[in-house]
Amino acid sequence: MEDLRELYQEVILDHNRNPKNFKKLENASHTSEGYNPLCGDRINLYLQIEDDRIKDISFVGSGCAISKASSSVMTGELKGKSLAEAKELFKKFQGIITGKTEADLTGLDKLSVFAGVREFPVRVKCAALAWHTMLEAIENGTEAISTE
Amino acid sequence: MEELLDSVVLEKPVSTPIAGFDVERIREDFPILQTRVHGNPLVYLDNAATSQKPQAVIDAISNYYSGENANIHRGVHYLSELATRKYEETREKVRDLINAKSIREIVFVRGTTEAINLVSSTYGRENIRAGDEIIISNMEHHSNIVPWQLLCESIGAKLKVIPINDDGEIIFDEYLKLLNDKTKLVAVVHTSNSLGTINPVQQIISGAHAHDVPVLLDGAQAVPHQKINVQDLDCDFFAFSSHKFFGPTGVGVLFAKEDLLEKMPPYEGGGEMITSVTFEKTTYNELPHKFEAGTPNIAGVVALGKAIDYVSEIGYENIHRHEVELLKYATEELSSIKSLRLIGTAAKKAPVISFTLDNIHPHDMGTILDRQGIAVRTGHHCTQPVMERFNVPATTRASFAFYNTKEEIDRLVEGIHHGLNLFN
Ligand SMILES: Cc1ncc(COP(=O)(O)O)c(C=O)c1O
Repeated sequence: MEDLRELYQEVILDHNRNPKNFKKLENASHTSEGYNPLCGDRINLYLQIEDDRIKDISFVGSGCAISKASSSVMTGELKGKSLAEAKELFKKFQGIITGKTEADLTGLDKLSVFAGVREFPVRVKCAALAWHTMLEAIENGTEAISTE
Repeated sequence: MEELLDSVVLEKPVSTPIAGFDVERIREDFPILQTRVHGNPLVYLDNAATSQKPQAVIDAISNYYSGENANIHRGVHYLSELATRKYEETREKVRDLINAKSIREIVFVRGTTEAINLVSSTYGRENIRAGDEIIISNMEHHSNIVPWQLLCESIGAKLKVIPINDDGEIIFDEYLKLLNDKTKLVAVVHTSNSLGTINPVQQIISGAHAHDVPVLLDGAQAVPHQKINVQDLDCDFFAFSSHKFFGPTGVGVLFAKEDLLEKMPPYEGGGEMITSVTFEKTTYNELPHKFEAGTPNIAGVVALGKAIDYVSEIGYENIHRHEVELLKYATEELSSIKSLRLIGTAAKKAPVISFTLDNIHPHDMGTILDRQGIAVRTGHHCTQPVMERFNVPATTRASFAFYNTKEEIDRLVEGIHHGLNLFN
């Protein structure tokens, strides 16, 4: 049962209860919809991108605690980042949640709370959904994506 | 006043033992029920997805390959005759199980899904035309939606959907209104896998027959729980899967009335389904072999025969009595959780309980229960229109079989409370 506490850290539960940037951006330049058919997680992501930099980012949607918290944390982390930095962070985040890379995690405290996910392989998709949706929004703008 | 309350003895209902039904004895027949998951004894409550298998079924597969294996219907040698006899014995057992008139009406397929696809691509293609209508219900499994949608799209027919009420029951008057001269088929689920609702199939069939419309019943969730009598029901097609009925995966049954099967074109072409082949003309084999092209899942069919024997020995009456108690107890215990909402509260239900919790998404609850060794299903259960109807993205579903116990329901309730505490 310890690993449940490891997964559902207080920070994650807080983000689940009170997600940050949980709204629609009216002046979004890029949007995308992410969907995980396995559990019905759905997220609509809004980005305002100027000069290859994320000026603003927000999301709405419904889903499990992991996907919601992950969306909340991601939007907080990506605000102000360049697109290249965003992609780089996604790679590091994937390393964190799968436990497959021993990347340098200094300065990534907020993302590291998701490390518990690696013990729950079926939940990795939940944590990654927001990030896949972000990538899709950056690259293709509008089409819905799925993690299946 | 307090004293008065204290003196009220709160007792958990004690199960009255059912004569000839010893659940602990029965559990010993299922090796997987003795296993531990994440350090806890397994509580398996995902029976609607697939049931567990008794040792007799598991042994039947191994025995078949160790001592009986040969191809069927084509050899004169000993083993081929033996395998053919075993395979055909199961056909007779299935006939008896659902009380079909003749073994000619029992077609072995891969599962419920294939059975429905068989009907849609043979009977459907032959009899349904542009402008015609097919009636299904709002609570169908995707396997009783998509084959009809595909058919409708390709021929220009229309799919009509019987609405359901807030308890998850078919609105019968609306069904009667949908029936008309254009209706060519009614295809409905006997027992819903996500809501547990047992539909009034007898009345549905009478209603359709009054318009000379045949009825297909998706019986995947019915056969594990209750005696089916296709002659009493007078249903035209009935489909079910072996794996939800304590048998192996990869085997299913399509029952169809003989006169319908006679008129239906073959489903797949190949060996076994023919009597003679020349390049000019092929004569099809007699029923039911006309619909069983190629080498079938012989071991699976033989093992399904064992599953039928096993269920017959326990008896549907005992199963029913035990499961009614389980459903009642689980419904009461789960309803006592304040933030829990039951999805599916029909008057007639199979032991299937879907629910949501105010502040915990089903997927989280599924993980939390899993870590305590409790297997439930979370998601849309291949019934997305049901989720939409109840305006939920997903539910958590506990579905029971005759080998489940009240103690396991207690563990489920405890497990849910653990999740509620974790999230608070
Ligand atoms: C009501 C119902 N119909 C059809 C099916 C499909 O059965 P199968 O996957 O065995 O073909 C299921 C199984 O989930 C079911 O519950």
